[in-house]
Amino acid sequence: MGSLVDIKNVRADFPVLDQQVNGSQLIYFDNAATTQKPKSVMDALAHYYQFDNANIHRGLHTLAERATTAYELTRAKVRDFIHAPSSDQIIFTSGTTAGINLVAQTFGRSTFKAGDKILISNLEHHSNIVPWQMIAKETGAIIEVIPVDDIGVLDLVAFEKQLDDKVKLVAVNHVSNAIGTINPIATIISLAHAKGAKVLIDGAQSVAHIEIDVQALDMDFFVFSAHKLFGPTGVGILYGKRELLDQMPPYQGGGEMIKEVSFSGTTYNELPYKFEAGTPNIADVIAFGAAIDYVKSHGAEELMKQEQALLAYASDKLTAIPGLRIVGTAPEKIAVISFVVEGIHPQDLGVLLDKFGVAIRTGHHCAQPLMQRYGLVGTCRVSFAFYNTLEEIDRFIVALERSLRMLG
Amino acid sequence: MAQSINEIQDELIAEFDLFEDWADKYEYLIDLGKKLPAMSETLKTEENVIKGCQSRVWLHAEREGEVVNFHADSEAVIVKGLISMLIRVLSAHSAAEILAADLYFIDRIGMSQHLAQTRSNGLLAMVKQMKNYALAFSAQQ
Ligand SMILES: Cc1ncc(COP(=O)(O)O)c(C=O)c1O
Repeated sequence: MGSLVDIKNVRADFPVLDQQVNGSQLIYFDNAATTQKPKSVMDALAHYYQFDNANIHRGLHTLAERATTAYELTRAKVRDFIHAPSSDQIIFTSGTTAGINLVAQTFGRSTFKAGDKILISNLEHHSNIVPWQMIAKETGAIIEVIPVDDIGVLDLVAFEKQLDDKVKLVAVNHVSNAIGTINPIATIISLAHAKGAKVLIDGAQSVAHIEIDVQALDMDFFVFSAHKLFGPTGVGILYGKRELLDQMPPYQGGGEMIKEVSFSGTTYNELPYKFEAGTPNIADVIAFGAAIDYVKSHGAEELMKQEQALLAYASDKLTAIPGLRIVGTAPEKIAVISFVVEGIHPQDLGVLLDKFGVAIRTGHHCAQPLMQRYGLVGTCRVSFAFYNTLEEIDRFIVALERSLRMLG
Repeated sequence: MAQSINEIQDELIAEFDLFEDWADKYEYLIDLGKKLPAMSETLKTEENVIKGCQSRVWLHAEREGEVVNFHADSEAVIVKGLISMLIRVLSAHSAAEILAADLYFIDRIGMSQHLAQTRSNGLLAMVKQMKNYALAFSAQQ
């Protein structure tokens, strides 16, 4: 069972993995919640504060110039990473949630009329539900839900029927955080565009696992969080098509986002600054650049192969456990496995596995409508990254079986 | 004379001291959870649900003369074990005693992790709710 990536070296890049938790070697299987950070990201953060810290865009001095250059360099790296046509369509936010709220409050507020429809799916994270509910309430727009089948695949036949000329926006995730389904976004986007609807793709769970090309897929909006792509917390990206971003009114007012301010009126700055009011999270944006470099230098494809090997291996091992059922068995999945065990509450398993040093997620995964669809209170979820190993899966299975015996 | 809250806590600490490793302690805790007397279904109302727990937890209290008695249940057996200990320590004491109780046994038996301020954790919420009941009863007196 040879690894596809040089696992030893890769693990050495992630110092957090090398520690004892509750007396056992840590096994970190909660990568869908947030990924760990390579040392190069921490170094970039420390370097910035130690040598370059200054406010950006405004100062003339050398430190301000260095900080500005480094900050804008990350924007260019993101552009390249998601194959956007230009850097000024890359807007820094604080995360996926912030990006979705921005689109809801600007695009949504200026576009939706009473009776218009917003289509979301049954697989969404609360972040891609609640902002739409809020703006729907304000504008009189209506939310409709694309159904999901028993194994976790979206029902495209139903989707096509739901698509009519009242639909102004389709907002779906690329990958489900709760059960790992990779959604057929190419088809969703082309069907939606055929009816004149715009599409927002929540890429929180896909960017770290799937090559993203916003142009090839003709995405209108794409949002994600740096912290799920081995970068720092507090940074997110909103990509948008230029004509949409240009039409959208600004979101928050303040410094950075203006061209000229007077009491008789204010003219707004151009893209992307129009949407970046105030001093941004400079340090973490710069460190995020190092995370993108890290992924690129290891070859995203190689990393993905490693994860698919982990997914296949763990799925087989888990399926062999009596009473255990994997929730979400779509043919196309990232390395996320949700499961339940007959007669056992997920929380009990989460508590015991933690005692064995295994970090997993239990609960509804911020996707309560999906849990309701499957009649579950929650699931246990393991989610892998390329630095995880088959040996960790073996040790996890031993800990899981032991926990089940304790609870049984 | 019934046992005081601290006498019961000391008794629990002594019981847990018999176990060498965490797994034995948790097996005992799980056993306590399984043995918790069933709560009447009529008491498992929305009103009696403690908010802020990952599993559903129901807690009901009633006054009998001078003392307060608690009934509780949960979907998760480890939580049930924890509740079972709280009930053993606090039930059948006066509202004033419950309000004044310092629950040091939780730390001493190695379960303080369940008091952590994470949203998924219910022990803190349970203790708070038990004290709230006691406060309400003492206000009625
Ligand atoms: C699919 C999906 N959308 C949105 C989010 C929200 O991301 P953030 O909390 O970083 O804003 C998450 C995070 O768990 C997610 O998995």
